[in-house]
Amino acid sequence: MDINFSAEDLAFRDEVRDFFATEFDAETAQNLSGVQTASYKPAIVSWQKKLHAKGWIAPGWPTEYGGTGWSATQKFIYETERGAAGIPDVVPFGLKMVAPVIFTFGTEEQKARFLPSILSSDDWWCQGYSEPGAGSDLAALTTSAEYAGDNYLVNGAKIWTTFAQYADWIFCLVRTTKDMRKQQGISFLLIDMKTPGITVKPIVTIDGKHSLNEVHFENVLVPRDNLIGEQDKGWTYAKALLAHERTGMAEVADSKRMLRTLKQRATEEVNGGQAMINDPVFQLRLSDIEMELMALEYTELRVFASMAGGGMPGPESSLLKIKGTEISQAIHELQLQLAGSYGGALQGSLTGEELGHDYAGEARGKYMYGRAATIYGGSNEVQRNVIAKAVLGL
Amino acid sequence: MNFDFSEEQTMIKDSVARFVRDEYDIDTRRKIIDSEEGISRDFWNTFAELGWLSVPFAEEYGGFGGTVEDLVAVMEELGKGIVVEPYVSTVVMFGGLLSASNNSALKEAVIPTVIDGSCMGSFAFSERQSRYELADVATTAVACDGGFRLDGEKTVVINGGSANKFVVSARTSGGQFDHQGVSLFLVDASAAGVSVKSYKTMDGQRAATVTLANVVVAEDQLLNAVGEGMDLVDQVMPSMLMALSAEALGIMATLNSITVDYSKTRQQFGSPIGSFQVLQHRMVDTFMSCEQAKSMLYRSLCQANDCAADASADTGEFMKSVHALKVTMAKAGKQIGEEAIQMHGGIGLTDELNIGHFVKRLMTINVTLGDRDFHQKKFNQLSYSAS
Repeated sequence: MDINFSAEDLAFRDEVRDFFATEFDAETAQNLSGVQTASYKPAIVSWQKKLHAKGWIAPGWPTEYGGTGWSATQKFIYETERGAAGIPDVVPFGLKMVAPVIFTFGTEEQKARFLPSILSSDDWWCQGYSEPGAGSDLAALTTSAEYAGDNYLVNGAKIWTTFAQYADWIFCLVRTTKDMRKQQGISFLLIDMKTPGITVKPIVTIDGKHSLNEVHFENVLVPRDNLIGEQDKGWTYAKALLAHERTGMAEVADSKRMLRTLKQRATEEVNGGQAMINDPVFQLRLSDIEMELMALEYTELRVFASMAGGGMPGPESSLLKIKGTEISQAIHELQLQLAGSYGGALQGSLTGEELGHDYAGEARGKYMYGRAATIYGGSNEVQRNVIAKAVLGL
Repeated sequence: MNFDFSEEQTMIKDSVARFVRDEYDIDTRRKIIDSEEGISRDFWNTFAELGWLSVPFAEEYGGFGGTVEDLVAVMEELGKGIVVEPYVSTVVMFGGLLSASNNSALKEAVIPTVIDGSCMGSFAFSERQSRYELADVATTAVACDGGFRLDGEKTVVINGGSANKFVVSARTSGGQFDHQGVSLFLVDASAAGVSVKSYKTMDGQRAATVTLANVVVAEDQLLNAVGEGMDLVDQVMPSMLMALSAEALGIMATLNSITVDYSKTRQQFGSPIGSFQVLQHRMVDTFMSCEQAKSMLYRSLCQANDCAADASADTGEFMKSVHALKVTMAKAGKQIGEEAIQMHGGIGLTDELNIGHFVKRLMTINVTLGDRDFHQKKFNQLSYSAS
């Protein structure tokens, strides 16, 4: 039993590490720190273009469409180094979500038309899945697409659409045939956000910020060419994508980095003249989290090792999502606790004055918005249903 | 990267698994527990014949030359049968200390008798006041004619009643809590001044109070240098903790699978109770805890292998993992044990059903060589400090 990488893989790790250290500069980091600021979109696009120029933008794609041709081990190393360096993931909607559906189920024409601008980050995509009446029960969706001539006529509403305000395109699950079993009759449609009849309404979240939206469709005409695969078979394509989405959600490297930061701050914060890191009760809270993370690191390695050995990510990947999100939430919570009574102070409000710890606002924002992690990507309760059925046979 | 057991390890693992499945059902175990000695000498001889008793010992003494990973492979399967024969006390603990000893004459004399099954041994370290601190030693060893004279009382000596020999920790110098000054002696159970009072423990096993009164032990019975016994204990402790944790893992996996199976057959409100989401989610939680515990064991094993292969490897990180492992086993064990009983309902409370016996072994493992709080405190001391 060992977790040692080969010399080639270690050389690759060093190459990735060097690239991140030189190319991900302080200015990029600063501009990417808040998704709601005006600098966010140009900053992430420019970072993604750097990755594209390096040829590293799409590790998950086949090489013929611009993938890296990396082994499973190299992909794992790349993701681990990225998280450890504190570099945000690429915006997933185009590169990691719709692109795999297009290159797996799309026509040659659709591949030629959509993949290059996803690869170059010239087109920004968002995901049109959830609806006001269809959250965890996604198959209950009612946004309709009626076939008329060479077009579909789309009516309905999508919700919780991240970055719809920036998007050029949206990929949607729409109901093309009623009166079928609810998973049937759903189609996978690509829609140009500039099409008349689409309205985007911002949703301000409990961190006081705006990344989520409602997207309304009123008699929106979508060319038939924008249908992926067969009509009424969209659920199958979406399911393939969800499995793809779930495997990358343990975020161990990110959590390890956050925990390091937390421990560092706990040596600086004092209570009664004593560093918080020396407080026995705080230590207990800290080590409860750290030990879970130490275990999760190896659970992730075990899942990875079975994939590298040619296996598929099994239902254990649901465990990664549940534990990974629970741990990151626990770290956010402890970070906010560390900020003490400044945790509630709104930086720069009313007087414009900066208050207390510079990390307090960030910690609060991460705690508040971080509640989303156990809801999105298949809520943790849905993940438990998946494990109960697929692993325990219940 | 690789998380598989080797072919050789898989063979021995399968051999233990076959024994547990075919020959060690709960009724057989019950008869053994109720017997006078509380263990089966016949089975112990079988273990010797199958080579299980030779696992951690070097080939030059007739051993298998195994690593802690081999021990883990055996222990996980023994856990699935909550086997009461003294493998932990004799092979893992007593054997582990002997293996690490630099007294080759002693090793040549004793190790072959452990391997052939004729010698059972136990590590007598605990005292009434010592709780889990192994360096808290009030038993004294004073130089005298013929070696050292030992006086004191050792408590909860695992399988002490069956042991032919003990490794006894006794203080040769220093204060009661000093790390330095503890020496390890091999003491014959039949030596003059040694008295052993055996009793039952809740997990179906036995322990003993061992009293030492004017016991004279020759100098050549020291396991290592005078006063440096704790160094040897510290060296072997990670393997002991990993082996116990592997046993706990085998138990937890068994409890989970028994409970899931039961939930598929037990009918209430016209349905199998496993169809109820509230129970499903809790069984998922126990499944996840067991997987996380396994990951923590594998983490410790990988780091143990690294430390064995490379003297410059980070032993601090390894020790953090080992403490975290014991904590994780304790937490998961409590959760999995309590959920198994709860989900079985009334039948889960009966002595007749096997799950209570698995739970009681988990509870005993928790308090063997340091409980959850003890190891979490050690972990915190290693991990968090600021001036």
